[in-house]
Amino acid sequence: MIDTIRGQNLLSLEGLSRQAIIEVLDVAESFVEVNQRAIKKVPALKGRVVASLFFEESTRTRLSFETAAKRLSADVLSLALASSSVKKGESLRDTIATIDALGIDAVVMRHQSSGAALQVSRYVPHVRVINAGDGLHQHPTQGLLDVFTVRQVLAQRHGTSGLQSGAELFDGLHVLIVGDIRHSRVARSDIAAYVALGARVRVAAPGTLLPEDLESWPVEVASDFDEALEWADVVGLLRLQRERGSGSFVPSLGEFTATYGLTTERAKRLRPTTLIMHPGPMNRGVEIDSRVADLPSSLITRQVANGVPIRMSVLYLTMAGSAGGSGL
Amino acid sequence: MSTSDERQARPRGLTFLAKSQLLSGDDVARALRRMAHEIVERNHSLDGLSVVGLQKGGEPFARALAGLLSDIAGHETPLGLLDVSFYRDDLSLNPVPDSAMTAIDHDLTGRTVVLVDDVLFTGRTIRAALNALSDWGRPRSVQLAVMVDRGHRELPIRPDYVGKNLPTSLDEAIVATMQGVWIGSKVPA
Repeated sequence: MIDTIRGQNLLSLEGLSRQAIIEVLDVAESFVEVNQRAIKKVPALKGRVVASLFFEESTRTRLSFETAAKRLSADVLSLALASSSVKKGESLRDTIATIDALGIDAVVMRHQSSGAALQVSRYVPHVRVINAGDGLHQHPTQGLLDVFTVRQVLAQRHGTSGLQSGAELFDGLHVLIVGDIRHSRVARSDIAAYVALGARVRVAAPGTLLPEDLESWPVEVASDFDEALEWADVVGLLRLQRERGSGSFVPSLGEFTATYGLTTERAKRLRPTTLIMHPGPMNRGVEIDSRVADLPSSLITRQVANGVPIRMSVLYLTMAGSAGGSGL
Repeated sequence: MSTSDERQARPRGLTFLAKSQLLSGDDVARALRRMAHEIVERNHSLDGLSVVGLQKGGEPFARALAGLLSDIAGHETPLGLLDVSFYRDDLSLNPVPDSAMTAIDHDLTGRTVVLVDDVLFTGRTIRAALNALSDWGRPRSVQLAVMVDRGHRELPIRPDYVGKNLPTSLDEAIVATMQGVWIGSKVPA
């Protein structure tokens, strides 16, 4: 078990202890306050260089990471890889070596291949690597911001603060994750985070969208989706990843919506307090009905807002103890 | 020693072992009353004065001083709390300090700010605090109140109000709380 990400790479949430996750959430609480100031910038990472390498395009995650880095006063090298030398056939190793030669302290990277971030961390052991999504494997900051958002809302309901509540609000919490589990790195990171914090996780999906190695996952499978909706305190929906071929795993989108979509009709089974989450971008009308997405219990825009403080916390902690930065 | 005293011992992994108590809780309370009167004397008017405590050690002293000043002035002296973790210059040397929340609910532009901390040592925390303060506006002036000045400054910073001057050696450690002031050493936990 890893008890802190201070000075470490963040490649996966699997193997992180409850303590390590709570530390990220607690530091993020301080950054929420920074983001509410008139001047939303602190000099913590002044002089550090963060490269943002998105081999797979993602506007919102990239913007969120780059905003986080800038609010910590780091310099950001943002590479539009989809239209660069990678297209001309340069290998991952050569791309990283080139960027490393410019002098960088951290890499935030997204790649279509599972394990790409781990591979890069071996190429450049002196650089902190933060995985912003690798294939079907992990999307650690999404998992962290999801549990951060849940803690924030539950703490508020209990009349306390996230900082004071630690992990106790997750103890025995019922979390239901629905949809394309098989192709979802978000599901893998979410599950690792919720389980580490003490929640019970069930997954609900058509058999074809469940992973083959599900028995080794620390989750239960919901046999009855409607009953699981009544059981849940938190419902996490996932996007049907058509770019990864999810479309061919279900007979039709309409069939998927009818059986596992959170329709208005089905949302009536939820308790009014049940929280609805979605990592975005949403396919309104596919995995979630448009009206359900806009319910007061839906935390979808709050998740986006929390992306910046969580990513500030991750950048700050992972780059601690590394050389460089400002002197006095 | 209470756990809150141990928390102040830095860096991580070290704990404070007290050798002797130098001030009692009564001494601390008396020193704070004297400092409050010095603040009044020096500033003539308490209008436009804000007290800002540095997290976490300075917080109790800042609360106490703001309370005393409010009593003297007959109106509320605004209190703010400032965490300087993200402004420190030693992120590359030390583990990340435990951060705490900053809470300053008013613009400091044009105000006289009394910064309050528990122990003044190298001056680097105060340097970080001065940088941080500039994000809340442009104070008319900034004054510094500390419960203990233990010397060994590394920057040109001096306190305006001091509870107790304590010459120390570099390997000694000081803990100052509302319950008293102790001298001792840092030992592995």
